Amino acid sequence: MFKSMYNWIDERLDVTPMWRDIADHEVPEHVNPAHHFSAFVYCFGGLTFFITVIQILSGMFLTMYYVPDITNAYYSVDYLQHQVAFGVIVRGMHHWGASLVIVMMFLHTLRVFFTGSYKAPREMNWVVGMLIFFVMLGLGFTGYLLPWDNKAYFATKVGMEIAASVPWIGSYIKELLAGGTIVGAQTLTRFFAIHVFFLPGVLLTLLAAHFFMIRKQGISGPL
Amino acid sequence: MAHGHKSDEKIVYVGDSRIRKTGGDKPVPPDYTSFPGKSEAFIPNFLLKEWMAGVVILVGFLVLTIAEPAPLGYPADPLNGSFIPMPDWYFLFIYQLLKYPYASEDYIVLGTIGIPGLAFGALLLAPFLDTGKERRFYRRPIASSMMIVSLVASIYLTWVSWHHYTGELEKNGVIPEHIERELKSEEQIAAGKGRFVYGKEEVVALVKADDPAFSIMKEAQCIACHGAELEGSNAPSLRGIGDTLSKEELVETITNGKADGAMPSFKDDLTAEQIDQIATWLSEQKAAAAEE
Repeated sequence: MFKSMYNWIDERLDVTPMWRDIADHEVPEHVNPAHHFSAFVYCFGGLTFFITVIQILSGMFLTMYYVPDITNAYYSVDYLQHQVAFGVIVRGMHHWGASLVIVMMFLHTLRVFFTGSYKAPREMNWVVGMLIFFVMLGLGFTGYLLPWDNKAYFATKVGMEIAASVPWIGSYIKELLAGGTIVGAQTLTRFFAIHVFFLPGVLLTLLAAHFFMIRKQGISGPL
Repeated sequence: MAHGHKSDEKIVYVGDSRIRKTGGDKPVPPDYTSFPGKSEAFIPNFLLKEWMAGVVILVGFLVLTIAEPAPLGYPADPLNGSFIPMPDWYFLFIYQLLKYPYASEDYIVLGTIGIPGLAFGALLLAPFLDTGKERRFYRRPIASSMMIVSLVASIYLTWVSWHHYTGELEKNGVIPEHIERELKSEEQIAAGKGRFVYGKEEVVALVKADDPAFSIMKEAQCIACHGAELEGSNAPSLRGIGDTLSKEELVETITNGKADGAMPSFKDDLTAEQIDQIATWLSEQKAAAAEE
């Protein structure tokens, strides 16, 4: 039955070549940890993506309970952590996953750097990867404010002061991020929007470009 | 219809942009047959192996999640002047950098834009700076050593920052709010009162609010920190303080202060008799008495 359903779709949309592009390609021996255990260093990129998927899924569930306003944000987090079934697991995964994704991405970056994989013709993919790194840091920074506890508030305040110290445009950056002159209600909604819509949008676009280039250029050869 | 002469086909694409022009010098994904060794299909063979690495990470991740619930402190209070700000650990290296004299104050631009800009700019443009054909790191001494120096520097800065933070916590006798909150919750649950939620706790009423000791406290500016109704503000609430401190301890605290002067000494502002009066009244502030 699945076969005939697949054929029905394939007849109309010709999906087989797309599937071939995504899935049906050879992976060389030198990146396969089953052949060389040390090749596990090549897993960090895939693991970064794996944790990113976990972040997206857990984040989607968190937004079911989270309320981005200054009187309710803290109590909604408290509620989902203590009252909602498995809330403590979902929030825990999102919280620790944020650190883990940075760790994995960092290890992936080091692997690419020390194997010289960013060299021609893969320069563009390195640049895109670095942009992904910056977007991830942005997600970490904006997400840190959302529980709206003292730690979140004062860390963001310090971040704003650092942004404001940039010459000439500093005060504009600060005001753009904070949505006003203080870290307050506007900042919270703004950070929520950036964290949930703007940066994930940018992230997915960059990831698509990253993966497209890997498929187009293949994995760098053995050293 | 757009169907051509072969209109007996179920589907006929017109202007098919998917057909690739073969030949030419466009890059074609390598199939790795040129590399010696055993290559295998991405799906499912290789992905299953990668999934095994993923499962190891996932199990560790879930164990961490269950063992250490995500921290949550007390609700943000912009007026809280004593809170020690702390960004997430992966920003600590830059946070620490900005504490050094040549990266702060007059030189803040060097700290915020100069050094990080140079480091991240070089990282972003690494392929255009390190353009040689050699890929092995030990044959690229300049690039590799710069990376290792930056790594060591970042790890060092992170460590110093964390060391300062824990030192400051210890010096000020501060328990991080997310830990204090857990402890309070455990305490309250053990006492059969239900979980502790900051700002939603039941406020213990004042016992004998018309006692003259209270007006002495108002004049002595106790209320500036402990709140107009002793409900707590920058300093802890004194409602129900009699449950935790005895009269002698209260006398000691008022006379000599506490927490490195965060609670100042009042021995010059109040007479011993006044202190005794206040301590007596405060020691009567018990939750059980307030319910009557």
